[in-house]
Amino acid sequence: MEFKTVLTTCPYCGCGCGLLLEILDGRLIGTLPSKTSPVNQGRLCVKGWSVHEFVTSPNRLIRPLVRKADRLVESSWDEALDLSARRLKEIKERHGPDSIAVLTSAKCTNEENYLLQKLTRAAIGTNNIDHCARL
Amino acid sequence: MSKKIKETVRTLLVEGKIRGFLGLIERDGHVMPHLFGDPQELEHLSLGDHGRAGDARYPLNQILIQLMRAYPEETFAVLVRGCDERGLRELFKWQQLREEKVIPIGLGCPEELARACECEKPFPDNLLDGPKGEKVEGQKVARVNAMDIDARLRFWKAEFDRCIKCLGCRNICPMCFCKECTLEEANLIDSGEIPPANPTFHLVRAIHMVGRCIDCGLCEEACPADIPLRTLYKKVAEIVSEEFGYKTGYTVDEKSPFNIIEVK
Ligand code: SF4
Ligand code: SF4
Ligand code: SF4
Repeated sequence: MEFKTVLTTCPYCGCGCGLLLEILDGRLIGTLPSKTSPVNQGRLCVKGWSVHEFVTSPNRLIRPLVRKADRLVESSWDEALDLSARRLKEIKERHGPDSIAVLTSAKCTNEENYLLQKLTRAAIGTNNIDHCARL
Repeated sequence: MSKKIKETVRTLLVEGKIRGFLGLIERDGHVMPHLFGDPQELEHLSLGDHGRAGDARYPLNQILIQLMRAYPEETFAVLVRGCDERGLRELFKWQQLREEKVIPIGLGCPEELARACECEKPFPDNLLDGPKGEKVEGQKVARVNAMDIDARLRFWKAEFDRCIKCLGCRNICPMCFCKECTLEEANLIDSGEIPPANPTFHLVRAIHMVGRCIDCGLCEEACPADIPLRTLYKKVAEIVSEEFGYKTGYTVDEKSPFNIIEVK
C-alpha cells in the first residue's frame, strides 16, 4: 500500500499554480492546492481542482492523428512529423513564409514555447506566432 | 519537531499496530500529506507549520476516508488537531470511518493559531503533544450579528458576488463526503454562471454544513475570492447550538439534528 502526494505545476494556464496530485497505489485519485506554493498559496480555480480527471480521460489525445480522405487516422510520430514538415515547406515555397501562422499553448513550459518561436522565426521565417492566452 | 509524536508513531509502526500513519511530510521546502509506512521517513515529518503556525494544514480526514474505502480492514493512525478530532467523531457517526480502525495522534494548537481561528477548543482530547490552549471568544460572528437584517443581507450578497465557483470550499472540506453534490444540481443552481446563484449557492452549502462543519477553516483558506466562509459556518453552528442544543463534534453518542429520523 502506498499513498503519497506529488507536487507539480498546474498545466492549464500560465499562472503556474502549485498543486499536489494524490496517488493511491499508483492511481491518481485527487488534486489538492499546494499550501506552500508562493504562487497560489493554497488556492486553485475550478480547472486546477480537476486536473486529475483529464489525465486518465479516454478522450485524451495521446497519439498523432493524420487526416486521410476527410478522416482522422491514428499514425506514428514519424509519419505525422514528416507530413507536417513536407507540407509546411511546400506552402512556404509557394506562398511565402508569412502565409504560415503558429499558435502555441499556455500548457507548455516556457522553454517549449521558446523553441516553437525559434522554429517559427528562424526556420519558417515569419513573425506570425501567438499564444492561446491571447485568443 | 515533536519527539513525542515521532516516537509514538514509530512504536505503532514497528509493533505492527497500524498499516500507516497519515500525516504531513516536508520535502524540498514544501509541506504535503503523506502516508508514513516506514519509520525512517519520520525524519521528514511536518506538523503543518511553514511560515506561520498551522498555515500548511491539509484535510487529512478526507484522505483517510479514501484510504479506508480502499482498505477497510486496515488500521491507520492520523494526525489530528482539535478540529480534526471533532471531525473524526462526526465521520464515525456518519459512518464514513470506523472508530476501531483509527488511532488519533493529537496535537494542540499554539495561541497564535487559536486566535486566528477564533477556536472554541484548540486541542484534541487525545492530546499527545502541544499546548492545551484556552477557548478564544469570537469577534467575527458578533460583528455580523451587530448589523440589522437588511445590512446583513447586503453584506453577505456583496461578499458572495465575488465567488468564481471554483468549488474549492467544497473540495477541500473534510466533512463533504456526498457522492452527489447539490451545488452541481442544475435545477437549483444554473451551470456556467458566475457568480453562482446568489445567495442560493452559499446558503445551500451553509445548510448542508449543519452538524457537519467542525470549524477547521480550510474552506476560507482555499477561497480565492477571500469570502469569509468560516464566519458564515460559525454563524450556522451558533444557530444549531441555540435552537437544537447540538455542538458539532463535541460528543460521541449524540446525533446532529440532520441525522435524526423521528417516526411519529
Ligand atoms: S480550528 Fe484552528 S486552533 Fe482550533 S484546533 Fe483547528 S487548527 Fe487548531
Ligand atoms: S470550516 Fe469549512 S472546510 Fe472546515 S468543516 Fe467547516 S465547512 Fe468544511
Ligand atoms: S472557494 Fe470561494 S470562490 Fe470558490 S466556490 Fe467557494 S466561495 Fe466561491
